[in-house]
Amino acid sequence: MTELWDAFVEALRLIVSLDHEVVDIAWRSLRVSAASTVLAGLICIPLGGLISFRSFHGKRLLINIIQTFYSVPTVCVGLFVYLMLSRSGPLGGLGLLFTPTAMVLGQALLITPIMLGLTISALSGVDKTIRDTTLSLGASERQAIWAIVKEARFAIGGAIVLGFGRAISEVGVAMMVGGNIRGFTRNLTTAIATEAGKGELVLALALGVILIAIALIVSLGVNLVQQRH
Amino acid sequence: MSLMQVEDLNQLYGSKAALKGVSFSLEKGDVFGLIGPTGAGKTTLLRLLDQIEVPSSGRVYFEGQDVTGSGRLRSGARRKISIVFQKPVVFNTSVYENVAYPLKVRGNNAKTVAERVNMMLKTVGLEGYGKRNARTLSGGETQKVALARALVTKPQVLLLDEPTANLDPLSLDMIEKLVVQFNRDYGTAMVIATHEMAQGQRLADRIGVMIEGELVQVGKPTEIFSTPKDIRVAHFVGVENTLKGKVNSNRDGLVHIDVHGRNIEAIANHYPGDEVHLCIRPEDITLSLQGSSTSARNSFPGQITGLALSGALARVELDCGFPLVALITKQSAEELGLQIGKQAHVSFKATAVHVIGR
Repeated sequence: MTELWDAFVEALRLIVSLDHEVVDIAWRSLRVSAASTVLAGLICIPLGGLISFRSFHGKRLLINIIQTFYSVPTVCVGLFVYLMLSRSGPLGGLGLLFTPTAMVLGQALLITPIMLGLTISALSGVDKTIRDTTLSLGASERQAIWAIVKEARFAIGGAIVLGFGRAISEVGVAMMVGGNIRGFTRNLTTAIATEAGKGELVLALALGVILIAIALIVSLGVNLVQQRH
Repeated sequence: MSLMQVEDLNQLYGSKAALKGVSFSLEKGDVFGLIGPTGAGKTTLLRLLDQIEVPSSGRVYFEGQDVTGSGRLRSGARRKISIVFQKPVVFNTSVYENVAYPLKVRGNNAKTVAERVNMMLKTVGLEGYGKRNARTLSGGETQKVALARALVTKPQVLLLDEPTANLDPLSLDMIEKLVVQFNRDYGTAMVIATHEMAQGQRLADRIGVMIEGELVQVGKPTEIFSTPKDIRVAHFVGVENTLKGKVNSNRDGLVHIDVHGRNIEAIANHYPGDEVHLCIRPEDITLSLQGSSTSARNSFPGQITGLALSGALARVELDCGFPLVALITKQSAEELGLQIGKQAHVSFKATAVHVIGR
């Protein structure tokens, strides 16, 4: 128990003293995960809207497959992106492996299924009459989808927060395609793994506290916005 | 060229036929009442007219053009047709934004949108409601927002599905007035689905009766009430006296019909042996104490089995060998001293009997 307490005090000290390296690591975590969440959102919201709006053969199956990938192991996604970006891989020429960009791509891929699936279920929670209403009022398919997305905005907000939470807390992708390079691709989770490996348990725990604090702040912020409506 | 026309529309939901061979046309400025019991297919027909559903078979023409098979033509038609659903939903945003939506999707500029929305809100009596969240409104107010939203584009056709089903009398009156006003001012053609006949009568120039997916009869309201084509229509429009009988003879159109062993005379073109239904409106029956000699071809003694007063009228139920309901003034009932159990004579003209083939 003393270790936990020490970690908490250490975390406070690191935050208050704005320890250069810790701030750098935390900022990178935030930036990379925010970027991957935005990227995944740009894919998932229109795509989810389209899947939800249209009826086609195999829709049920597609949704089942998407749901299966909710719990895909992060290292599997990491490995896949690694193979894609490695020098002999199909995207090797881009030279992205072991860069923050690679981490963004990997995390976006990781959280796409859960954000897509939750977006679809958020949209299916919207009164079906909204769809008919938008069409009858003269909306095109694109306009109708957008109107439905707006109706489900709070539930979709929840999906985005969950995606962000999964992105910022994962370690597999960041480790495999980021490479945990100090000052370049090291983020909170890979730093925790490294420090713990070195036996710096208090520092590792302190970084963990910071990570949880970030997740908490984001989630509280979204809750606040949702409650106001 | 009709503004809108449908031909032999069929709609299947799984194995259930919601619409069976529906055909009718709508002219500019028409107010068409679609009446029928719940589940008759009125809503399905409106959805097909609005182009948000595609029929299993049949054709829909808008402004003379067959739009059934073409997504582009259907969405073009949809922009000139508006619908207000039975339970309208409003978007989870302000009243203003709700009414502005159809204008915005049509790419109108902000100034035009503001002008038309504010004018429309004034028209429906929701001035000053613009900033309110539409989800916080009462049922009547929600209906008004839905109506404003449907009318703000000045559509050529307005489809109303049970527009006043859940409204208080004041809102009902207001919505009906608004609909009539719009029809008069802009020549907007309307199809009003209602299970309430009185509303159909009040608002519509023509009425179509839908029963079990079929458009059984189309005509002027008075026609439907006085000469229903079908026993189901007669029941739905509330013809109280419907009797089963068999034609015995036909002499130059004056038929003798056997009803429970009694002979009723009517004007009809049915022939001996035909099984028929007879409809007699209660207000066409007169009562007397002695079988008086009138010109009425039908006169029967009967026993009074029921007597109910409502306002100035008395509703008298009789057993004349067949059941019959008569509607007379309360004063006549008092003067005749009608009482349950007493005998009375009923008489009605042959022309008061409407005969429907079985």
